[in-house]
Amino acid sequence: MDLINAIEQEYLKQELPKLRIGDYVKVHVKVTEGNRERIQIFEGTIIAMRGTGINRAFTVRRLSFGVGVERVFPLHSPKVADVEIIRRGKIRRAKLYYLRDRVGKAARVKEDLRAKLK
Amino acid sequence: MNKCMLGTKIGMTQIFNEDGTAVPVTVIKAGPLSVVQKKTVEVDGYSAIKVGYEDMSEKRANKPDKGQFEKAGVSVKKHMKEFKLEDCEKFSVGQEIKVEEMFTAGDAIDISGISKGKGFQGTVKRYGTNRGRMTHGSHYHRGPGSMSACSDPSKVFKGKRLPGHMGFDKITVQNLSVVKVDGERGLLLVKGAVPGPRGGLLVIEETVKA
Repeated sequence: MDLINAIEQEYLKQELPKLRIGDYVKVHVKVTEGNRERIQIFEGTIIAMRGTGINRAFTVRRLSFGVGVERVFPLHSPKVADVEIIRRGKIRRAKLYYLRDRVGKAARVKEDLRAKLK
Repeated sequence: MNKCMLGTKIGMTQIFNEDGTAVPVTVIKAGPLSVVQKKTVEVDGYSAIKVGYEDMSEKRANKPDKGQFEKAGVSVKKHMKEFKLEDCEKFSVGQEIKVEEMFTAGDAIDISGISKGKGFQGTVKRYGTNRGRMTHGSHYHRGPGSMSACSDPSKVFKGKRLPGHMGFDKITVQNLSVVKVDGERGLLLVKGAVPGPRGGLLVIEETVKA
């Protein structure tokens, strides 16, 4: 087990954004087109987080032209360059899958004004 | 065959490669091996090297094995295996073979091990046969089905899939690729799963699929 931890250690990011469920975030994703690399931003609400250590991943949901889009990002992936936290959400459960069934104004997470962004 | 190694399965995890994709890997503690004996065409009719792997207490070795280790001048090992390599000349008795000398990242390998024992299992789990209906008055649930036809052939054919002991077989997984070789810790990272439980002995060879 120690050997596995030692191997994972090399691939873990040292400074991680303190993400929480319900946060509205901007994920900076590295996209390679041919041999050019650029940053693409995926904006949305974190509706789930799963896994531990190097397996940790989070799901971001957004509405794009009225269609729900969800992307799962491995937290330690080198493709995820940065995660900006725009605002914290006030939530009461660990998985916000109920947002999938909501439409319009109801499909929002209440902002937690007291929570710190850092 | 040019490459051989013995190792112990440590477990599985995932790592990220250069382009950022996650690769599922099995971590194997591989080597170091000690050459115990060299078989030659003149003496034995074929050429091969016999290697020992994993140190153990001298008390646990039996006399014939101990004699072999003493003759080669290596410490007492838990496992011994012969490999028929193409060029056995470059190895000498008593030499230590490390994993980084044998493999580099990108190599294609075959890995054999003893699979996890599953005990006495029925045909559904053992061979993946279909099961019958569980409800609607069905009295046929997970049975092995018909044994054969009736008076012709008047017997059950050999090889009829029936319940029995499952697992604990020698399984070889072919054409796995080496993701990384960690010489410092003596580790081999292989893409995908390998047979057996954690701590099980693995035989690593150059692939026959090349």
